[in-house]
Amino acid sequence: MNIEKKILKYSSLEELVLKLNRDGKQVFAPVKKDNIVDFAPVSGLYEMAEDYIVTVQSAKFVVFPNVETLFEIETSKDKITLKDKDFNSIPEIILLGTRPCDAAGFNILNAMFGGDYQDTIYSARLDKTTLVSISCNKSDAKCFCTSVNGNPGATAGSDILLTRIDNNDFLAEIVTEKGKAIVSKYPELFETVPEINKDKYMADVPVEFNLNGISEKIYSRFDSDIWLEQSLRCIGCGTCAFICPTCGCFDIQDAYDGYSGQRKRSWDSCGFSLFTLHASGHNPRNVQSQRWRQRIMHKFVYLPEQQNLLGCVGCGRCSRSCSANMNLKELLIHLKNVIENE
Amino acid sequence: MESIRKKAKELLEKNAVQVIIGYGEGLDKSVSAIFVRKPENAETLIFDDRCVHNLAVYLLKNEIKALGKPCIIAHLAALRTILQLASEHQITEDDVLVLGVTHKGELMEFAGFKDIEKYIASANIDISENEKEIINKLEAMTREERWQFWVEHLSLKCIKCYACRAACPMCYCSRCQVEYNQPQWITVEATPVGIIEWHITRAMHIAGRCVSCGECYRACPMNIPINLLNYLTVLTIKEKFNVSAGTSADLDSVMSSFKSDDKENFIKQS
Amino acid sequence: MPDFQPKIVAFVCTWCTYAGADLAGTSRIKYEPNVKIIRFPCTGRIDFMFLLKSFAYGADGVIVSGCHPNDCHYTSGNFHARRRWIVFRELVDLLGMDINRLCFSWVSAAEGAQWAEIVNSFTEQVRTLGPYKEYRELAEKDKK
Repeated sequence: MNIEKKILKYSSLEELVLKLNRDGKQVFAPVKKDNIVDFAPVSGLYEMAEDYIVTVQSAKFVVFPNVETLFEIETSKDKITLKDKDFNSIPEIILLGTRPCDAAGFNILNAMFGGDYQDTIYSARLDKTTLVSISCNKSDAKCFCTSVNGNPGATAGSDILLTRIDNNDFLAEIVTEKGKAIVSKYPELFETVPEINKDKYMADVPVEFNLNGISEKIYSRFDSDIWLEQSLRCIGCGTCAFICPTCGCFDIQDAYDGYSGQRKRSWDSCGFSLFTLHASGHNPRNVQSQRWRQRIMHKFVYLPEQQNLLGCVGCGRCSRSCSANMNLKELLIHLKNVIENE
Repeated sequence: MESIRKKAKELLEKNAVQVIIGYGEGLDKSVSAIFVRKPENAETLIFDDRCVHNLAVYLLKNEIKALGKPCIIAHLAALRTILQLASEHQITEDDVLVLGVTHKGELMEFAGFKDIEKYIASANIDISENEKEIINKLEAMTREERWQFWVEHLSLKCIKCYACRAACPMCYCSRCQVEYNQPQWITVEATPVGIIEWHITRAMHIAGRCVSCGECYRACPMNIPINLLNYLTVLTIKEKFNVSAGTSADLDSVMSSFKSDDKENFIKQS
Repeated sequence: MPDFQPKIVAFVCTWCTYAGADLAGTSRIKYEPNVKIIRFPCTGRIDFMFLLKSFAYGADGVIVSGCHPNDCHYTSGNFHARRRWIVFRELVDLLGMDINRLCFSWVSAAEGAQWAEIVNSFTEQVRTLGPYKEYRELAEKDKK
């Protein structure tokens, strides 16, 4: 597959952000506020953070927001009115500054919400989302994309991938039809490119481990002590699941005040102690080690088996934000070592 | 640090305890809690400026209790937590061996809770000047400015991950108020007023029990200074009822007790 | 705003304030009709969540009232309530909620006139403050 390449000068990217805003799109980019970098709407490129590995939260909020109203209900004495989601109210969103790992995360969510059951709200949001990602010229100790089939310059999942080259300008790889549509709409901003090898601008992310063929071995350790060993310090909050680009578990609640209300979907986490509490009172995962095992199995065994997809993109967010310092890269290396040495 | 390792090794060799809850270092040099069970692994224990986490949060976790009797490396806030948990009948003196650590890293062996009480009585347990200043700044704002501050920092930022709850050693309810839906007092979804209601609820449930360890703030992935809400209750309770949490293993529960002459200046009466 | 009719919710205890309000009624003492009275056995039972939810659902002001200290029908319920209110009020003040919209009082069964006076003056106070729009607007966002 031949990916078209263009040059996007820094000043042209500034122009692009202004024009996208003017033309009714919402542009979200990483913004630094109160000491953290997270996605926020920007009207100008100057608002975007310069120095970040990845944002604290993932970009999944555009297709899978923390709170999603599924429908509304109004009742009166003899009538019940159901108001479905107004798909026209879903805005067109341009995500600027997602990393290749963020873009890869969408693949897993797409499989979950667009598999044998098509989640129409998710699809509608996905249709209206465009990813203009920026590849990584640096990484930190918590990154491990190259160990999970990713790399800092991967184009998978992005509509346009920008790579910062000399003079602050960008090499733009136009990956998809959506990417081509932006180039066609603002052709004056994209210039022809001489041959540029983007590899020299990429961060060096050493491969720490290779998980090929390990799924079965991990599964065979279902009853091993290792899950307890690794999870002793986990405090069971929802941080890792909430900020993970591939986690899509949710809870559905009705919020009614007597006569009217909404049914809402919101983020949930398999790490919460009552995640698997049955109505009978039985809880099949009532200790943290079982919940930790589930997290690893889901991402590295069940998803690969069922969807042929690895459920982790190696962004390292979970490790950076975990207050108990559950470092996923370290724990996976440990897991692999234990399995291979037993 | 050496004295901690030596003592830990000794305790494990004698089988006086079955697990040491202390601080360790990961491959990338970041600090976390570790649970040492073999005497030869006592070498992995560390203690330096980075060791600020309140390890007492692990004392009530089922799988850790199942490991056997713990010894916990406890700094001042953790020591207060242990006494407060004892006041609330969650642990007894026999349940845990406490090795205190001063902020200079000196080891303190305690014979029992009374010893810990003596140490705490001599220590400064006030909220830091820095934090008091931030609260003063907030109080100096107009009401509208304060509301804007919290709407911006809570309603528009909090993702309801409950890291604050999980990190707090006082939040040990096996079923939290948010986990009931008959009735649903706290919304599950991260909605603007629902978020405020959650944080008010948590602050009120922790009132009188908070030892100002700051874990809630450290744990928050969005960097929200929620500890300020709890610290406000600490200051109010000290001022109005002259009580501080975690100063004795025998404290009456502040919010379930009262004095007939509790003072206030806002209740209207003839 | 002379046309604005504040919505006020009053959480009161059965044995003192509710009886006092009853007395005001039987004595034909007129007081502002803006208040909706909700009867509880004791102020000790009143959870702070009731107050927060009142504001979220449209109240502009909230009254909480019970027996005088030492007169609680259940001996000490009001003492527990008092501690709770002391802490709650400081907490929500720090959050920037309008504590002028919260009124706490002790009104006994014999104090019908005092109840009327408290309701009247608080209603005026809230009328001057206006509707608690800022809280309600945020609460509306919860429904989106």
